[in-house]
Amino acid sequence: MNKSITELHELLVNKKITDKELIEESLKKSHEVEEKYNAFVTICDDAKESEITDSLVSGIPFGVKDNYSTKGILSTGSSNTLKNYIPFYTATVVEKLLNAGAVMVNKTALDEFGMGGTGTTPHTGPVLNPWDKTRMCAGSSAGSACAVASGVYPFALGSDTGDSIRKPAAYCGIVGYKPTYGMLSRYGLFPFASSLDHCGVLTRSVLDAAIVTDIMKGQDNHDMTSWDSSHIHLKDALTGNIKGKKLFYIKEICDIKNYKDANSTLKEHFKIFNHSLELLKESGATIQEESIDIDLLKAISSVYVVLSCAEATSNMSNLTGIIFGPRSDAKNVFEMMKEHRTLGFSPLIKRRFIIGSYVLQKENQERYFKNAARVRRIIVDKMKELFKKYDALILPVSSGPAKKFDEDLDILDENTNILEEHLQIGNFGGFPSITIPNGFIDNLPVGINITGNCFDDENVLNIAYTLEKMMPYKGQIAKEK
Amino acid sequence: MKKQIAVIGLEMHCELKSNSKVFSSAKNAYSEIPNSNIAPLDMAFPGTLPVVNKKCVLNALKVSLSLNCSQPDYLMFDRKNYYYPDLPKGYQITQMTKPIGINGCIEIEVNDKLIPVYIHDVHLEEDSASLDHFFDTTNIDYNRSGVPLLELVTEPCLHSKEEAQAFLEHIIRIYRYLDVSDADTKKGQIRCDVNVSIMDEDSRELGTKVEVKNVNSLSGVAKTIDYEIRRQTTLKEEGRYDEIKQETRRWDEESETTIHMRNKVDEVDYKYFIEPNIPRYPLKEEWIEEIKKSIPRLHLERKKDYIKNIGLSNYDAEILVKDKSVSDYFEECLKLDIDAKTSANWIITQILGYLNKYNLSITDFYFTPKRLKDLISELEKNTISSKQAKEIFKEVIEQEKEVKDFIKKNTQLSNEDELNNIIEEILANNVEQIEEYKKGRTNLFDYFVGQVMKNTKGKANPVLTKKILNEKLKG
Repeated sequence: MNKSITELHELLVNKKITDKELIEESLKKSHEVEEKYNAFVTICDDAKESEITDSLVSGIPFGVKDNYSTKGILSTGSSNTLKNYIPFYTATVVEKLLNAGAVMVNKTALDEFGMGGTGTTPHTGPVLNPWDKTRMCAGSSAGSACAVASGVYPFALGSDTGDSIRKPAAYCGIVGYKPTYGMLSRYGLFPFASSLDHCGVLTRSVLDAAIVTDIMKGQDNHDMTSWDSSHIHLKDALTGNIKGKKLFYIKEICDIKNYKDANSTLKEHFKIFNHSLELLKESGATIQEESIDIDLLKAISSVYVVLSCAEATSNMSNLTGIIFGPRSDAKNVFEMMKEHRTLGFSPLIKRRFIIGSYVLQKENQERYFKNAARVRRIIVDKMKELFKKYDALILPVSSGPAKKFDEDLDILDENTNILEEHLQIGNFGGFPSITIPNGFIDNLPVGINITGNCFDDENVLNIAYTLEKMMPYKGQIAKEK
Repeated sequence: MKKQIAVIGLEMHCELKSNSKVFSSAKNAYSEIPNSNIAPLDMAFPGTLPVVNKKCVLNALKVSLSLNCSQPDYLMFDRKNYYYPDLPKGYQITQMTKPIGINGCIEIEVNDKLIPVYIHDVHLEEDSASLDHFFDTTNIDYNRSGVPLLELVTEPCLHSKEEAQAFLEHIIRIYRYLDVSDADTKKGQIRCDVNVSIMDEDSRELGTKVEVKNVNSLSGVAKTIDYEIRRQTTLKEEGRYDEIKQETRRWDEESETTIHMRNKVDEVDYKYFIEPNIPRYPLKEEWIEEIKKSIPRLHLERKKDYIKNIGLSNYDAEILVKDKSVSDYFEECLKLDIDAKTSANWIITQILGYLNKYNLSITDFYFTPKRLKDLISELEKNTISSKQAKEIFKEVIEQEKEVKDFIKKNTQLSNEDELNNIIEEILANNVEQIEEYKKGRTNLFDYFVGQVMKNTKGKANPVLTKKILNEKLKG
């Protein structure tokens, strides 16, 4: 199960293993990982093998984040508000994988409805990092990242509204990819902030990410924001040739001099980053530094909070317990809604709802919500302007490896805040964005991110693929410290 | 107190016709069986997304164009957020930022006078579920959830219940002419909010506006306006005008009064924002032009035309334009060169009478304008009498035959020479009766007519017969 999709496919086709054995192994591993790291909401013990076909994913087990609707299988969004919800329809991207013969073996835990970046807020409890149980996986796709890194299966679905695929991937030493907005249908993904929500995948190699996405993508008449990507072939685009490609990094984020009290971890993180840049240069790419107004970069996290909370408040208004979810016994319908929501949501989410509601109020909308939308537009325009000159943006993920559960996040200074939050740019613009592991600090993995212009997924993946080939981290499985 | 005038604005919600709902694939149709026409989106199951029904957009654009509104350059929707058990998503998808039509103006007829009515906007949205209240429970029926709804908002430019009612009737007729809605109040397809204020006749300052919600019939609208004008005027007369607050009330069908719901300060903040799941859709000029061309002439234009250019009476014209299919039938007759007044008469007296009697629709009526033309030309040729024509009209329909099938049997003897010979022969055999007649027994005239009819087996043209007899008997 530590193998890649293509390797497993070969074994299946040549009958070196049977799909039944593969599923059994994956389920066994699921129970172990659940025991150790608390990564799942549901393990599908009755998962059935499917026919082995030409499709590379046929017969291969995979995991699905629990905010995807899966017919007949509990889908909770890791929230008490849906703790008993069994949908009667399956999300488009899951359906496509099932149709291709992939076998869903579990539903993975997430920060409640994707609203969190720590993996500590699922209703089933925190997900632990498989490299070090005292650390978090980051979130919100914590369970998916943990399971893929632990070798439960070669891939799992995630969702990404701020950095929910790409940061956990970095903290768990694996690949996390969210394609251009609309390349994957969101039909059946429980919404957090619709204009920022992306489906995506966590794997142990860029090739696997391309294979899975090739199967999942396509226009869906259930999602008006999806588009026809039949001309895009991600797997075929991985040539390993990036000669002449131009990349840039942002000076305000990458210059170590910007961090007054830089600790040794941060210094090491940038050393690793710079080493990756050197590798890319060796492959024939050019890399330049670009400067972006620091105020614009500082605004990223506030813009994200305002927009995502506003959309979330509205998106989650359907959670009243009247039609689905545990129904309250209160005496009238308004009391029922109130009780369901009061008891069901965690304090973190309630806080976000209050922010969302506040910024949407008539008297505040102009000042907060609309201004945030304007700043989002300015940031996206700036990036699009840069993407005219460059093939991709390359930046380190986060300020280092996975954080400890008891680490006080407030000590981060303003500048590391930008370092922690810049992946949200990818959601503002709907840009294709991929994180791959690029080194270790104290035996803990760290990641690097490559982001490109909309619809340029082939290029972004090929750059990541090329870099991955020059490093020894492809296919790695987590080893506890 | 100075004479008061009322200022009235209307918000009219009307369910639109379409195969499926405005954002889901569920059937858009009334059903007695609760929750039988529903898709996952209509019950807001997590992960479902709205997909705009193009037919509904087309219908809304037809209305927008017919009300002389301007259309936005692109289509977009907004969310109106509020919690209510009939609203499964917790928000309604509607149009706030860019309604499908703004700044319209139409002419309506009130007591034979034309007045302009200004349209603030018209927008496309989704209906809520319906709640059925019982003694101690309420059932939610999601069949109505997501049914396309068009909301039309007028400027405060109406001044009486007559104007308001005439306006609503006018709009209902437009919707039916455009075939975008049955606009049937009995089926609950139309719901109105009525805004009423009063002010001194010579004043320019509008009085305090009171909004009355959920008035579901035209008579209800008239009664609401009546009641509010009376209530507000009385308070003003008594010097208590400051007691009128900017508030929302509701019409209570039973007591025929309006009842306070909430004050302006308690107004719900709907926290509108752009619906992120529906990308902006450009409304291309070519499409708008194409739609424009598909819009039929509306009733008022037709009526004016019938009176001015065809010379019909106001009364007849009104009957003809009441229903588009009748008016279309009439215009088809004109195209076939049937005399306008003759066809109007036939439609109003014979055809509509027949249709009403048997509860038939003119659209698939067997007696087509072509058949009417056949019948009328026989009449004009004097081959049949008007009494015969009415009988043939019925026979043709009932036996599903053609007019000509009945003409052969009924061919009138209208050849003057032939008739002349027959009459001369009869007169030659009735010399005594002629003398009696000449002496003054003029009622014997009918005896001669009868003889002619007997001789010709009733086929003699009665007019011609009388004419010849008259001439002969004079001489």
